[in-house]
Amino acid sequence: MSTPVLSVRNLRVEFPTRRGTLVAVDDVSFDIAPGEVLGVVGESGAGKSMTGTAVIGLLEPPGHIAGGQVWLQGERIDTLPPEKMRRVRGKRIGMVFQDPLTSLNPLYRVGEQLIETIRTHTDASPAEARKRSIGLLEAAGIQGAARRIDSYPHEFSGGMRQRVVIALALAAEPDLIIADEPTTALDVSIQAQIIQLLKTLCRERGAAIMLITHDMGVIAETADRVAVMYAGRIAEIGPVRDVVQRPQHPYTKGLMGSIPTLEMDGGRLLQIPGSMPRLTAIPNGCAFHPRCDFVFDRCRTERPNPMPSGASAVACWLADPKNGSPRVDREATAAQAKSPT
Amino acid sequence: MTPTLTQPAAPAPRATAVDVDAAELVRVRDLSRVFDVSKPWLNRMIEREPRKLLKAVSDVSFSINKRETLALVGESGSGKSTVAKMVVGLLRPTSGQVRIDGLDMWAGGDLTALRRRIQMIFQDPYASLNPRWRVDAIIADPIVAFGISTDRAEIEHRVGELLRLVGLDPLDGRKYPHEFSGGQRQRICIARALSSNPEFLVCDEPTSALDVSVQAQILNFMRDLQDQLGLTYLFISHNLAVVRHMANRIGVMYLGRVVELAPTQDIFRQPQHPYTRMLLDAVPDLAMSGRPRKMVEGEIPNPIDPPTGCTFHPRCPLAFDRCKREVPIALKTGFDRSVACHAVEEARG
Ligand SMILES: Nc1ncnc2c1ncn2[C@@H]1O[C@H](COP(=O)(O)OP(=O)(O)OP(=O)(O)O)[C@@H](O)[C@H]1O
Ligand SMILES: Nc1ncnc2c1ncn2[C@@H]1O[C@H](COP(=O)(O)OP(=O)(O)OP(=O)(O)O)[C@@H](O)[C@H]1O
Ligand code: SF4
Ligand SMILES: [Mg+2]
Ligand SMILES: [Mg+2]
Repeated sequence: MSTPVLSVRNLRVEFPTRRGTLVAVDDVSFDIAPGEVLGVVGESGAGKSMTGTAVIGLLEPPGHIAGGQVWLQGERIDTLPPEKMRRVRGKRIGMVFQDPLTSLNPLYRVGEQLIETIRTHTDASPAEARKRSIGLLEAAGIQGAARRIDSYPHEFSGGMRQRVVIALALAAEPDLIIADEPTTALDVSIQAQIIQLLKTLCRERGAAIMLITHDMGVIAETADRVAVMYAGRIAEIGPVRDVVQRPQHPYTKGLMGSIPTLEMDGGRLLQIPGSMPRLTAIPNGCAFHPRCDFVFDRCRTERPNPMPSGASAVACWLADPKNGSPRVDREATAAQAKSPT
Repeated sequence: MTPTLTQPAAPAPRATAVDVDAAELVRVRDLSRVFDVSKPWLNRMIEREPRKLLKAVSDVSFSINKRETLALVGESGSGKSTVAKMVVGLLRPTSGQVRIDGLDMWAGGDLTALRRRIQMIFQDPYASLNPRWRVDAIIADPIVAFGISTDRAEIEHRVGELLRLVGLDPLDGRKYPHEFSGGQRQRICIARALSSNPEFLVCDEPTSALDVSVQAQILNFMRDLQDQLGLTYLFISHNLAVVRHMANRIGVMYLGRVVELAPTQDIFRQPQHPYTRMLLDAVPDLAMSGRPRKMVEGEIPNPIDPPTGCTFHPRCPLAFDRCKREVPIALKTGFDRSVACHAVEEARG
């Protein structure tokens, strides 16, 4: 197998606060292969954006990486000096932030920002850079790009601003793209375009994409594998079909059950009872246990790490083959009875 | 979450558009907004360019009854947020009228009493939270600003309750916005919008930054609030499944115009406008049945230089010559529904 584009090992991110240390990302490991899209989903506040920010070395102090390693194409990058890291960021890693305004300077025209990015990372002439900027804006679905290139960010609608940010992220033709909710502000049709754009890039250039989103439709269509995060950890990671259609972790099951569908009429949406714990007060054992329908003794005392189960890895004691709990057997038989194979 | 609010013992029946004694709360008539997007005067003179105007909203009309949810859907840039901002009084219309409970939002009367009854949840949670204020102060702001309470203990209690309602912890009130994730900030915006007990809530993509389980909590909660307190919503979202779940009626916008307005059931069972049909076909396939998502064909035209006649004609499978010449006006096509399309009018579709 070829070297993964991105390899994250036991990543831990801490925020020292007045009320104790907050662990925003805890023991997270994953790889993304060339041409692969890894979807990252999970509870709001679970540490998805933080994982992305840690990978690109942009954690806001006092937040810092407190453990683990980040490798980009076989080179360790979490220990690089800031100056070197800045170059890696613009050139080899492209970013689309959740908040389009963090990436766009409100005082500069959109075109100026694109041209500058292109010229910092390539040796394009100003005229070439302008031409390429227009092409990028068009590829991201901005109509009349040649004319709108001189607009300021506030003159665009929410969705169009995000497309500008996507154009900006692609400008230096990076090897890894971290896209944090790139299509959240976009309607379904533009979503499809943007996803197509990201996928083409992935396929043609062997780039890897870490795609953070809440939109399961987008995940189902785009991702090759999915990681589900809860309270700073990976609850489940595996091939997209398995995670979406046969979720194993009780949190993933709850998540998939909460999705509103077009077929359903007006009734109450299913919801997981309770809410995610504060990161300064994560319960012992499995962080999900106070909300879990399948909780048993071991869950309250011992913390499960992701363990292989089918083609996935699942951080839940139900997935432990050594587990003799009668509860688990019932669950397993029920699952077998339901599955057609 | 407070059980009384999230699990009503017997949910009241939903108000529907057919409600006989439904009273109108919001009335929007022929609302339009034009933005001047020209380059600075000097550049225009040098480059000999004419003034450029962008018509973001054209002749939009709709009403919303008390206890009702009207949703606006449509592609990015179709003018949904611009309509929302004019409705709540944040952006001056170029022409047209917004009346809320009979009062004209833009006629210059005293609106203090009215404003307190209206709140908006913005599409961009980052831009709408003051970074230098603590979260509890942000949420308490409408309470203080409208003089609803001056009792510190009472305000503190209410803020704590609101934080819990949106799935955060009362202790989170001591933090600043930057200490929260995107979805958590969106929830802070929702808590702030609810703090002054508004009657009319304009929600611009209120849950698109949230994961589906928190989204389910908030949407259920918003519906319970509506059932219990009789709230009225103008709800903007690009997620059609969410809209289906929340709305009584739906307005579909295309390039600044409402092209179809109908009860939710009708839109989903029997969409009439070719654009509405196209949008429904573009919904991603979650079952992963392998059905390729039908891509919406073509792209939204440039709003500065829109196509003639029906602005949808370059993308429309049903277009015929009349569409290129004549702007279709909204015609009644059934009980409580209207469509602006020549093909529908001539029964070609
Ligand atoms: N500057 C900060 N100081 C302290 N805590 C922070 C700070 N920034 C974020 N956090 C906390 O870290 C956790 C992880 O945040 P992160 O932004 O990664 O969440 P997320 O999974 O991306 O959520 P969302 O889906 O809502 O965007 C959150 O619970 C948040 O409250
Ligand atoms: N202040 C402004 N100056 C110039 N043009 C503007 C301004 N605000 C909005 N527009 C333009 O008006 C049109 C409608 O924008 P609006 O924000 O209402 O769209 P929207 O339907 O909310 O889209 P989205 O789904 O992307 O949020 C867009 O073409 C946008 O570029
Ligand atoms: S009016 Fe003509 S172009 Fe417009 S939607 Fe109807 S058929 Fe298509
Ligand atoms: Mg985030
Ligand atoms: Mg908008």
